[in-house]
Amino acid sequence: MTASTLHVPTAGPGAGDPVLEIENLSVDYGYTDDATHVLRDVSLTLHRGEVLGLAGESGCGKSTLAYAAMRLLPPPGLITSGSVHFTDRDGTRTDVLRQSDAELRASRWQDMSVVFQGAMNSLNPVFRIGRQIADGILAHRPRTTRKEALEQAAGLLEMVGINADRARDYPHQLSGGMRQRVMIAMALALDPQVLIMDEPTTALDVVMQRQIVEEIADLRERLGFSVVFITHDVSLLIEIADRIAIMYAGDVVEDARAQDVYRRPRHPYSSALLHSFPPLRGERRELTGIPGAPPDMQRMPPGCPFAPRCAHTTDVCREVRPALGPTALADRGEQEAARRVACHLHDAAAGRGGGSLPAGLAR
Amino acid sequence: MRFAVRRTIFYLITAWAAVTINFLIPRLMPGDPVTALMGRMQGRIDSNAEQSIRVLFGLDTESSVWQQYVDYWGLLLRGDLGLSFTFFPTPVADIVQQALPWTVGLVGIATIIAFTLGTLVGTAIGWRRGTWADSLLPITTFFSAVPYFWLGLIAITVFSVTLGWFPSSGSYDRGLVPTWSWEFVGSVIYYGFLPALTVVLSSVAGWILGMRNMMVTVSSEDYVTVAHAKGLPERAVTVGYAARNAILPQVSSFALSLGFVVGGTLIMEMVFSYQGIGYTLFQAVNTQDYPLMQGCFLVITLAVLGANIIADFVYAALDPRTRQEG
Repeated sequence: MTASTLHVPTAGPGAGDPVLEIENLSVDYGYTDDATHVLRDVSLTLHRGEVLGLAGESGCGKSTLAYAAMRLLPPPGLITSGSVHFTDRDGTRTDVLRQSDAELRASRWQDMSVVFQGAMNSLNPVFRIGRQIADGILAHRPRTTRKEALEQAAGLLEMVGINADRARDYPHQLSGGMRQRVMIAMALALDPQVLIMDEPTTALDVVMQRQIVEEIADLRERLGFSVVFITHDVSLLIEIADRIAIMYAGDVVEDARAQDVYRRPRHPYSSALLHSFPPLRGERRELTGIPGAPPDMQRMPPGCPFAPRCAHTTDVCREVRPALGPTALADRGEQEAARRVACHLHDAAAGRGGGSLPAGLAR
Repeated sequence: MRFAVRRTIFYLITAWAAVTINFLIPRLMPGDPVTALMGRMQGRIDSNAEQSIRVLFGLDTESSVWQQYVDYWGLLLRGDLGLSFTFFPTPVADIVQQALPWTVGLVGIATIIAFTLGTLVGTAIGWRRGTWADSLLPITTFFSAVPYFWLGLIAITVFSVTLGWFPSSGSYDRGLVPTWSWEFVGSVIYYGFLPALTVVLSSVAGWILGMRNMMVTVSSEDYVTVAHAKGLPERAVTVGYAARNAILPQVSSFALSLGFVVGGTLIMEMVFSYQGIGYTLFQAVNTQDYPLMQGCFLVITLAVLGANIIADFVYAALDPRTRQEG
């Protein structure tokens, strides 16, 4: 993706108050003792007006994290501990995981909405798209008439660049890109505060990807919602996201501003990840890739999950799981102090000005 | 609209083909009805009478197959299916007309009940899978796995012979005059209950299983998750998103089974001595009554065709993807 002209307004961390706070969230797949621990004590905060990128390899738990935060995990997914707090515009803070079914149903789509991975299958094939957008409006705004809801649906379609006449089309009459736009229009129907986008551009060609991403950036500027953008396309994230959280094997391993992650990665995995694809701009560098494969989630090693593939592994890495904490270079200034990384190298180098850090991680 | 015209033309051609095959098949069969009749009577008919029977049956004229075909169509369009050999000289059309309402009424209603019940139960089990309701499946499957005649005989043994709740055979109280009186209709329902019950019992498992499996499949579709995420009421998700899509394959099998209602209940009608079209067909085959057989086959063929037409249009109404617009 050549996103050289893509303009995304920057709203740095701290610019807004937290709107979605995920704390120590753990998710298992399976109900028995040998259940797979897919997320282990993951914490993540989304601020108002921010685009938070969630990146990582397939199966690292990005989507699981988003689905769990919305309580949409398909069985046998089970949230075992943690909390997810949503802060409304008026400042009321609710724990999403402790809402009753009725409260949850009432808040869904108004507070948080979601654009799913498969645009092809996200629309009900037997209903007209206008009706599908309208039924979400009708479910939450009981005083709206059917006609008004359909008019709103047509307006939403116009907003994402689809002719309002197409509201009477069925999903099979639309192209993949148009369906994805319909999904975005649908997700924005109730003016949500948080929009979760789960690989919204995966099934599309690069031209359409770019259009969709621009559309999202533009809409966010106008409507002011926060976005959790899930993808494994790190280069795309660097363009669109304000902040990036890198996930590995069910953990957030690094959480920092997008440009910081890109230019000054602090975790060995982030650094390796950035060296596995060619940069869009800037100096040329050698692509290295990451040796080995992600760990089997059913048989996780006791220490750092990245230890078997890491170039800087020490004894402590194989025994103790590192926690997300400040970097060893936290004394470099406010920006650096706001960064979080889960790595023993930083714990060991802390207080020594990062002197013992490998050069690649101390830029 | 173009869809309707195209389908209509398609079905007219199919109907023509079906009628033509129905005309040709008896003519391809070895032997002829007169010889068969003589053989069955085993010399009780004087061999000199053979020529008279031929004249009587209209088999004396040496007309070409083409001429016979044209005549056949002419008679058919006037509703004349010829005279039955067995019930000579009753016209085949009359016999079929008498038998058909019984079969269509009894088996048709039983099929509709089985379909409705099975689909509703299947929806419920499929939506809440993994609950106690799943144990219903093996029970209903048992009833459909049991051979039908055995189920019918057991039902007669238990409910009419031992308990004496229902009559074991027939379609109404012979002491009554067939009219649209409450008494007569009540009698028909009373006599039809046991056969209908066995038909429903033996077929409901298929509907439950089909609907349950489709519900399980559709429930994991992305659009159902989207419907949940939209915060739609549970009922709207179950009915409008899951069941609405899961029912599509059910509808086509239902239409097909409606087609087989007319011809596929031979065993039920034999077990319960019910005067339907299956029983009539059975008699016709036993006595090599060609005109009657042909008449029955024609009615069955047309019924299957008719059911297919209904299926096509209902399916088009339910699933926009099958409409070939523009």
